[in-house]
Amino acid sequence: MSKVLLDIKNLHAEIEDEGKAILKGLNLTVKAGEIHAVMGPNGAGKSTLASVVAGKDGYEVTDGSVNMDGIDLLDLDPDERAKEGLFLAFQYPIEIPGVSNINFLRTAINEIRDYRKDEPMSAKEFMALVREKSKLVELDSKLASRSVNEGFSGGEKKRNEIFQMAMLDPKVAFLDETDSGLDIDALRVVAAGVNKLKSENNAVIIITHYQRLLDYIIPDFVHVLADGKIVKTGDKSLALELEEKGYDWLTEEKTV
Amino acid sequence: MTLVLSEKMDAFLSELDVPSNDIQSNVIERVKGMDFPTTRDEYWKYTRVGKISNTKFTNTSTTSADIDVQSHLISDNYIIIENGKIRSDISQINNDFEVNYTSATAVNHLVNLNDNDVFTALNAGLFDQAITIKIAANQTIEKPLQLVFLSTGERVMANNRILIDSGKSSAAALVVSTISQGANSCFNNTITEVNVAENAHLTIHKIQNESASNLSISTEQVKQAKNSTFKINTFTLTGLLIRNNINIAVAGENCETYMNGAIVSSGKQHVDNHTYVDHQVPNCYSNENYKYVMDDHSNGVFNGRVIVQKDAQVINAYQNNGNILLSDNASINSKPELEIYADDVKCSHGSTTGQLDESALFYLQTRGISLANAKKLLVSAFIGEVIRSTENEAVTQLIERLLQTEYGWDFS
Repeated sequence: MSKVLLDIKNLHAEIEDEGKAILKGLNLTVKAGEIHAVMGPNGAGKSTLASVVAGKDGYEVTDGSVNMDGIDLLDLDPDERAKEGLFLAFQYPIEIPGVSNINFLRTAINEIRDYRKDEPMSAKEFMALVREKSKLVELDSKLASRSVNEGFSGGEKKRNEIFQMAMLDPKVAFLDETDSGLDIDALRVVAAGVNKLKSENNAVIIITHYQRLLDYIIPDFVHVLADGKIVKTGDKSLALELEEKGYDWLTEEKTV
Repeated sequence: MTLVLSEKMDAFLSELDVPSNDIQSNVIERVKGMDFPTTRDEYWKYTRVGKISNTKFTNTSTTSADIDVQSHLISDNYIIIENGKIRSDISQINNDFEVNYTSATAVNHLVNLNDNDVFTALNAGLFDQAITIKIAANQTIEKPLQLVFLSTGERVMANNRILIDSGKSSAAALVVSTISQGANSCFNNTITEVNVAENAHLTIHKIQNESASNLSISTEQVKQAKNSTFKINTFTLTGLLIRNNINIAVAGENCETYMNGAIVSSGKQHVDNHTYVDHQVPNCYSNENYKYVMDDHSNGVFNGRVIVQKDAQVINAYQNNGNILLSDNASINSKPELEIYADDVKCSHGSTTGQLDESALFYLQTRGISLANAKKLLVSAFIGEVIRSTENEAVTQLIERLLQTEYGWDFS
């Protein structure tokens, strides 16, 4: 049996300034080699889940735990979580003028290596890796050397997220609505990239509104997140059912 | 006429040696009736000069034997000036530029210069030898001439006087480095007069990397003739109190004027840039971009004055001042001053002050970059724009290297 990579137990989180509870006792267990999809209506807390796990400021965890491969993530700074092998593909990737994709990725990789007490990557090795991984998502190598996401189209930004994921080779990757704003061709490219990165040793959690992406990345489990909790878990057929019936029957079923 | 003598000025002058010639002793006699500016003077509103006016400086220091400025040199054509005294013995100049050292008695217009400014008058009365630099007409010089103003010792006042004359249709660049070696509370008071002749191109790169206790006031008086291009880039890294005055009279048509500044401050540094472009004639372009990154308790001042005179039509004048405050205790006073008396002009100014973008910091952190390094990346990106605008690879590299040494910032 493969080992548990991510174990979220009874997670409660609220927006810091407002004291508004968003996650209300969420449980999620992800094993190595698995793909999970988290679906749910607007405002259910899907993106908050990704933000809290990644350590974004502005949220307060009031109860519960998040454990990744034996490490308590909630005690760590966002960069330390990444160094332990967590990755978050942003729903809205940030534009950073003046910082080149290449420069910041080399900084990241070498900082991660230093954290793991590995030797820094040579410039040659690094450039070879850039070439290899940019092909994976058909990212123009010119984009790789431009400022982070600056002037990128919506599709290029999402491909750049998966390119970064490929470069950093995480244990656990959250893809936060990576399909939003993608046309069908870009969606195929991004999905193919994720499928190639998938292995027996890592896990992917896809946060999405639509079943569409799951035609290309086949999940082992589909979870429905509603009102801050996982209210139903099934296999990929659940996604099709949701597409057909919406979310109301689940939230109603719960209240009955 | 009787002079009202200022006790403060008397005390200030008490340990300073005045060169023994009539011209300069007359200037100093006049200075005795002057006072230091206070924050009630509009021109000095945000900068207190008490650290200067309350210190008894000397100017009789002996020269140091073990000077090492190698790490600051980017040209094999350089002049080293230690505490206001030209060190010909360790300078190295070729024939690209025509360089002469002249005493006050040989510079005849000296006492006419901006009489009312006390620091200008002090400089006039106390400087040892002026450095006159001529660029011959029609000459294009590839390698810059570098002036290295070095402070050594304690409480030493250096009065530096530079005259630059770039000939018709010439093109050249100067690098002016102000640095320290074991200096404590030294004061550099520098006046540079620049004439940019018809169709000439002149660039000055100022690199200010003094000791943390040093004080500096420098003024460039620039005059541009028609069809000329003048650029001045100011990079301030260290120094306790830095005041830069750049005054440019654009007196000929079809001129281009560029002023860039990158200021990085920490501790209790105070950095004040006053720029002044006087568009006297039509059809000219000026562009100004100053960026400050301020940490700890440091203070910044930016005052960008642009005047477009009545008949100076078709002027394009742009000004930008961007500031990042890294600490809650850092502050900046930014003041654009546009006075436009002509009607067919395009002038713009922008001033922004803020902190580093939180969402960008988080994004970088989620890639495994520590908060400290993420800040460095964003700061380097912010100020890198100005540093790369030098159009001189050696200057850019030197500044990047100095920023790496002083602040640990990586621009690679």
